[in-house]
Amino acid sequence: MLSLENLTHTIDQALNRSFGPTTVLLVEMAMLSLFAIALFAVLGLVLVFMERKVSAYMQIRLGPNRVGYKGLAQTAADTLKLVIKEGLTPDSADKFLFNLAPFVVMIVAMLLLAPIAFAKGCQMWDMNIGVLYITAVSSVSVIGILMAGWASNNKYSLIGAMRSGAQIVSYELSAGLSIISMIVLTGSLQLSTIITSQQDGWWIFKGHIPAVISFVIFMIAVTAETNRAPFDMAEAESELTAGFHTEYSGMRFAFFFLAEYVNIFVVCAIAATIYFGGWMPFHIGHWEAFNHIMDFIPSVVWFTGKTFALIFLIMWFRWTFPRLRVDQLLNLEWKYLLPIGMFNLLLTTAIAILGWYF
Amino acid sequence: MFLADYIKSVYNGVTSLLKGMRMTGYYFVHPKEIITQQYPEVKQVLPERFRGEVVMTHNENNEHRCTGCTACELACPNATIKVVTRFDITPDGKKKKALETFVYHLELCTLCNLCIAACPTDAIRMAQTFEHSVYDRKLLTKRLDKPGSKLMEGVE
Ligand code: SF4
Ligand code: SF4
Repeated sequence: MLSLENLTHTIDQALNRSFGPTTVLLVEMAMLSLFAIALFAVLGLVLVFMERKVSAYMQIRLGPNRVGYKGLAQTAADTLKLVIKEGLTPDSADKFLFNLAPFVVMIVAMLLLAPIAFAKGCQMWDMNIGVLYITAVSSVSVIGILMAGWASNNKYSLIGAMRSGAQIVSYELSAGLSIISMIVLTGSLQLSTIITSQQDGWWIFKGHIPAVISFVIFMIAVTAETNRAPFDMAEAESELTAGFHTEYSGMRFAFFFLAEYVNIFVVCAIAATIYFGGWMPFHIGHWEAFNHIMDFIPSVVWFTGKTFALIFLIMWFRWTFPRLRVDQLLNLEWKYLLPIGMFNLLLTTAIAILGWYF
Repeated sequence: MFLADYIKSVYNGVTSLLKGMRMTGYYFVHPKEIITQQYPEVKQVLPERFRGEVVMTHNENNEHRCTGCTACELACPNATIKVVTRFDITPDGKKKKALETFVYHLELCTLCNLCIAACPTDAIRMAQTFEHSVYDRKLLTKRLDKPGSKLMEGVE
């Protein structure tokens, strides 16, 4: 059967036959970085278009439908426009940090792609602390945002960046706690192990109540971490014009935008991996026949399907819920999500010890 | 007691948010609800009383009903209309006011309908056209009476 695993193996072997190990490593790294950049571009185009269409349909509008077939070329046209636009640097900005910030945010988003398993045996770096790596690296993006806000020398930017800092730092706790409660069940931080542990059912079903609670908390927390509405205090068009990227234009603005969408993809991919089994097809216990039928659907389809379903969920949040005030935002985290998350961790631990999961 | 309130507030919050999601979800899967009008291709049928611009009615013999009484000019709150009149000599030797040109500044008009209400002979009316954008403001100053038109028989 044709699968991505075979493909990567074939390429690896072909390279190994003709070159030395160092060259192979370099070539493969170059190929992977190309893949990451291509994925970035594609994700940006697809997700922006998806968001615009989803928001339009939810608001009883049509959305972009003029450029290309049914508006499909709209985001490409927008990107072209952004590339042509002048990238302005304000006179009194800290030039070095100002120009560096978009790249910091971008690079963080790219680094997060490393441990994600896109399909069976299709993972860039299967390290044994995958989940820890993701939570650690994703918090670096706040530095990029603070950098942008500070270097712009603009009050709106600074306030936006500060809000974003407060928000990301506090919501990371809940996201971390809900991941930890799942780690208690899986017993491993390695993403490939987490996925194989869901061979007889996804954790959201196997872990029943605590898993569902932890999933809900995780989704809320990552929506806040990616600075999306209803938690878009960092951008807050109505109060801060555009928050930390007020002063950015052209391609550097697009980098922030792109990083935001790739971050959404990454967090949804992680949620899909931890709660819905990543590329693991829908298996029920030991019903061999049923499981076998499910295996016929390629793993990459399972992975992208789950991830995009979760992305749709996050978009659904954005276009339904009212925005929160800053104090409400912190209230929600510290008075609701965090205590519930801690309680849930306790519950999960008890269940894991007693073996009350499937 | 405190705990009960706490749980209740969480429950109320979650249910109200879910209600909202049901609404948007319903719209998402029912594209029939979409109210967007694809303007240049599909044009909406405008209501009968829609006011687009002031026009003067002419019949097939190129005759209008304007007597040049300037009532509309006086009624207009912002000097949109300029009625230029002349004096015709009737066959029995009397001087009679008649319309020379009827100048209408669309760019000044608020479409308030006062001129039309003021006209004693129903010479002018509102048209439904609304695509008035032009590159030169001068193009918005219009002459409403058609060249060579004359007063309709029997309109006083
Ligand atoms: S509609 Fe009103 S503003 Fe326009 S010409 Fe008539 S009276 Fe003047
Ligand atoms: S349009 Fe009517 S009100 Fe105006 S000058 Fe002519 S007859 Fe008089």
